[in-house]
Parts: sequence; structure tokens; C-alpha cells
Amino acid sequence: MIKVISGNEAAAYGVLLVQPAVMTAYPITPASRISEQISEFAAAGLLKGKFVNVESEMSSLGIVTGASNAGMRVFTATASQGLAWMHEGLHWASGSRLPVVLVDANRPLGAPDNLVCGWIDTLSQRDTTWMQLYCESNQEVIDTVLQGYRLAEAMYLPLMICMDGVYLSYIAETVDIPEQALVDKYLPPYDPSGRALLGQQVLFRHRPKGPPGPGATGGGPPMGMGSWTGNRYDLHKLALGCIDMAEKVDAEFKAIFGRSYPIVEEYGCEDADTVLVTAGSAVGTSRDVIDGLKSKGLKVGLVKIKMFRPFPVEKVRKALSNRKKVLVIERDISSGQCGIFFQELKWALYRGDGAKTPQMFGFVGALGGEDITPDLIEKAITYTIGNEPPKQEAIWLGLRQEEKDDYDKRTVKVF
Amino acid sequence: MTTTKEPLRYSKTNIEAPLKYVNTPEYMFPPIMTCAGCSYGLIYRLFFKAAGPKVVITTLPGCGGTGRLTADGKPIDQVRTAFGNAASVPVGVSMALAAQGDTETVVAPIVGDGAVFDIGMGAFSAAAERNDNMLVVGKDNEGYQNTGGQRSSASPWMTTSATTPSGAPKLQFKKDVDAIFAAHGIPYLATATVGFPDDYMMKVKKAMKIKGFRMIHVLSLCPTGWGFPSEMTLELSRMAVETRVFPLFEVENGIKYTINHPSKGLPLSRYVEPQRRFRELGPEDMATFESYVQTRWKRLCYLARA
Repeated sequence: MIKVISGNEAAAYGVLLVQPAVMTAYPITPASRISEQISEFAAAGLLKGKFVNVESEMSSLGIVTGASNAGMRVFTATASQGLAWMHEGLHWASGSRLPVVLVDANRPLGAPDNLVCGWIDTLSQRDTTWMQLYCESNQEVIDTVLQGYRLAEAMYLPLMICMDGVYLSYIAETVDIPEQALVDKYLPPYDPSGRALLGQQVLFRHRPKGPPGPGATGGGPPMGMGSWTGNRYDLHKLALGCIDMAEKVDAEFKAIFGRSYPIVEEYGCEDADTVLVTAGSAVGTSRDVIDGLKSKGLKVGLVKIKMFRPFPVEKVRKALSNRKKVLVIERDISSGQCGIFFQELKWALYRGDGAKTPQMFGFVGALGGEDITPDLIEKAITYTIGNEPPKQEAIWLGLRQEEKDDYDKRTVKVF
Repeated sequence: MTTTKEPLRYSKTNIEAPLKYVNTPEYMFPPIMTCAGCSYGLIYRLFFKAAGPKVVITTLPGCGGTGRLTADGKPIDQVRTAFGNAASVPVGVSMALAAQGDTETVVAPIVGDGAVFDIGMGAFSAAAERNDNMLVVGKDNEGYQNTGGQRSSASPWMTTSATTPSGAPKLQFKKDVDAIFAAHGIPYLATATVGFPDDYMMKVKKAMKIKGFRMIHVLSLCPTGWGFPSEMTLELSRMAVETRVFPLFEVENGIKYTINHPSKGLPLSRYVEPQRRFRELGPEDMATFESYVQTRWKRLCYLARA
């Protein structure tokens, strides 16, 4: 069924297809429409589960964590400040190996207020052991909801689906809504008993049959077996395993629905010397720019990063290590350092083994929802081709020179 | 029996068979890792003796005291939460059980005054407003005792604590959490202490049968934090009631107040003097405290007038 819907609605249609038992969301721009659409589905009797109107994001995540702990499929959505308020619960969910699925409409955090688009909200949560998948289009949002449940519930780890606030969450696109029968074929019912095999506490009724495994305790404070460090070693291994599982669930998805979303996608990279790396809705624009530049005879290509956590290091190395130049365009900055995707890429490509590494250019811009236009992308690529990497790690894209000069003049001299 | 001339809605809860419920099966076994004289162990033990095993409790990091909870060799389910979501996790558990068709098992967050009065209050208020199905046992030890005995909004007036030390005692009166939750119009709210075990257990039994948001506010005496000899726990938990500092009452649907014990109105000193935390309370303060307690008792009697 083809519909013209926003990213928020695409997420809600995805939820309709997977039928979680408990859903929560505290309204927040630019993700509010998800909670509205889900309540409408529930009111119409289409969603069998319960949607809870919560009073805060802390409770929003708390309720789905509780329900997941008690063995049910769950969903929540948020953005920006809301995700930040969930922070404590995010660690709690991954530490308990709960396959909570969350959709975040990426938006920066105040101060000052900003209601549009930036990735700092989800990137600030990169160390919470939640998988992070960034989407390019509304079609990818709904498909990633389906893949996300398959992945999270196979790995017993929580997962965040990240879509650009406003650019995807508000803007309507044509979306092919998958058929329920096919979804049922793709996504098996959630089996909570597997958590017990990971040493987690499950309700007694969900204990696997047969002799109890180590740590399959039920009752008692869930400190788990062994040391806390050992617990994190186990979590780290589980997280790394998500990379292969993500490829597996995508292959299964392709076999049933005909669409595929590689966790690291190479576009026009066959003979490329200079490769642009980006994520989110800017990928679509970048595809056009790359096509245009290629037709002019430039050896350029594009790499789209869909999976940011766990970071698919080997895929990234395969796609980028033999290039002459790599540039990153991203909607975030770790102030005082550089863009966060840029950090991860540099780390992935450099091993100190003497191998040749590409020159790296980290562009930072559109942090508060400005458009990443074809013109800006082309400017960044042209700069990369014609220059050596600058000393400073962040190259500011789209910042007006007069405004920049103004800030430079105002900089307080401490010493 | 009471100081007011108005007839009271008064019902003693243990008239028919004192200690009737105490001779019921045990679900809690050692090790119980609390200080000697702590009320925690009794609060859990009596709760389960009254409630039976069809319960999922949600707990927080704290002084422990749950012991080993089992029924017929099966562990009683327990879900751990953080403080800020102490109220929301049980909501989720409760909804999950409902989705599994289990309408019998009761979800009971057994949490402290930190969660109910302070850091988790917003979420408890929200759960009360939505009338989410759970039975809250608020173990009120009038301070953050597990972290070393710091002030909470439940600490009484003029008490010292690790963060209101000698010379700078707490200057605010205890937050009236019962009034706050009663104002939400919840189906059932009650106060209890371990000094009146049959009253406490009757309230647990009664609350178990009600659907929606229920709260039992239990005074949990803390010999370490309050500074009294550990053998005085039961004596002081009775004195808290008899001096009217912590009267026993219940509120149904936020309207119907019932006093469950005819507090004798004994001198406040019987409760206050054995506790080191009240050491800043001088004779003049004592009069102020006395008048505060009596005013609140009058208010309660007014609310419970028949």
C-alpha cells in the first residue's frame, strides 16, 4: 500500500505492523506526531497494545523497560531533551539486555532552544550500548522499524532508530507500507526466555524449560553472575555481534520485501579517489551531487553510514582505507574536538601499522537544522579535492564569513 | 478515646482476632542484610505474610532487607529499578502482566521515602493520576539512610542528619505525602507501622483486593540513622502512633478518612527523647512541635468525622 506520509507517521505505521504490547511517548517537537498517530491507531482498535500517556520521558522509558522486563514487546519515541532525560534509563535497558525499540527524531539540545535538526541528541548517547541506525528516507524509517525489532529481539539489546528531525519527521514522502502477512513472516513473536540464557533475570514464568542456566535466577536483586567488568565484557561481545546480525536481518528483509539497507553503503565508489561520508537525510542529496560530479569526470563516491553503534569498523575500512581523500559532512560537533562521525572514522582507519591512510576532512555544519544543500555538499567536495587537510579538526560548512569573523573578534582572551 | 467531641469515623482493624494473620506461611528467609533493629525486614516479612506469593515486587538499590523471597521453592519475582523510574517500571510490569492475561498477580513497588517523597515523586504522582494498577509500599525511614543518613523531605522538623548536622538541623516540617496522594483521589491510601503488625497486615490484605493505585505508607524506624537503641524499634513505632506524630489511618478514594487507632496523645517526649536525631530540639521547640502535632491530629479528626 503506497501512502504519502511523514517520517513520524512512517514510524507509527511500523509500530502498527509489529504490534507492541506497551507503547509510550511524551510529546516533543519534532517527534510528537508519532504519539498522536499511535493513539489514533489504538483508539481505532488497530493497535491491540496499550499506549500510555506519560508525564515525562523518564517514565516513558521506565514503563517500556518494566514491560520489556516482564516479557513483552515495547515501543517508545522521543527527541532531543527527551532523549537526554532518558539517559539513565538507557543504560538500565541495555544493562538488562532489554530489546526496547525507540525512534528518535534528531534535534539538538538547548541552550539555546532549537526545534529543528541536529544529531547531537543521539550521538550524546553513543556509550549507552544502544544500537543506533540512521535513516535516509521515510521508507527507510518504516523498514528500519521492522528490521530494528528483528535485530533487537534477536540480540536482546535495545535499539535507537534515528531520523532527521523535521527533514524526515515532518516532511511527507511516498512510502510503501509493507503487508502485514509478510511482516508476520519476517518478524517472529518475541521470546523473553532468551534473556535468562544471557544471565538476566526473567519472570519465573518465562524461565526456559529444563535445568536453569547460570544466572537464570528470577527473584533476588539482579546483580547477575561474576564481576561487573565481566558483565560489561559480555555486553561488549553481544554488541559486536549485532554487526553480523544486522546484515543477516537485512538479507532476510531483502528476500521478503525486495528492499535492502546495508549498514555501510558504497554509492558510486568503484573508481573513486575522493569519498564523501555522511548519514541521515543528507545522503539522498549527496547521491545527486555525486552523480553530477561523476558526469563531469570527477572520481568521487559516497559512503552512507547507517549503523553508528556498534560501529562497523571492518566495513568502513573496506570502503575507505584505499582512497586518497575522505571527507565527512555531519550535523554535530563535540566542541573542542571535532565532528563525532569524524572521530569514529579516523579511529577506524588508523591502526598504526604503517598502512597508507587517506587524508581526512571533517566538515561540520547545519547543526541547528539548516539545510545541507547540493551547493554546500559540492563546495565541501571541491575544497577537499583542491586542498591539504587543515590543522584544525572541524571545517565549518555553511557558516557565513561575517558571522564567523564577528565571533572571532568577540572571543574572550583568557591569558 | 479522642480529643474531639465530634463522632469519629473510627475502626480498629484488629478487634476480632488479634494477630490473626501472623500465623500464615513465611515467604522471606535469611540472609537479611540490615542493621539490627531495622524495620525493613519486618515490613517485607509481614507484607508477604499478608499478601501471599502472587506478587511481583519492584525494588531499588537500598539497605537490602528483602532477604531470600521464595514460595514453594520458586523465587518470588523481583524487578530492579532506578530511583527516577521507581514508579514507572512497575507500571510497565503491571501492563505486561495484563497483556499476558494475568489479572491476579499484584505488582508492588516496595521503595523508600527518597522515591516516594522526592526523586521519584513526579512519576508516582503521574501513576496515581492515571490510577495505574499497583500497590506501593512506601517504607519511610525519614531520610536517605542507605547513603549514610542524609536529610530528605520526609525528615521531621529540627532533626539532625548527615547533611543537616548539629547546629544546622532541618528547618522544614515533614512533607505531607499522605495529603498529596489522597488529593489524587486514589482508591486506597493507608499509614502503618510495624508496631501494629495486624493493622499493617490487614491493610495489605485490603489493598491487595483493590484495583488501581494503592499506597501503604509505612513508618520504617532506622536505629542507625535516627540514633536510638536497636531494641527500641517496636516501642518507638508504637510511640510514633500514640504520641500522634504518625497516626494510623486510611483514605478511600481520597475522601473517606478512617482513623484506625485511638492514639492516646502521650507526651511527645516519649517518642522524641530516645532519638539522637532530635538532640537540637530545645524545650521551646518541644512546645512548637507539640502544637504542630496536635493541630495535625485535629485536622485528621476533622477529615475523619463521621
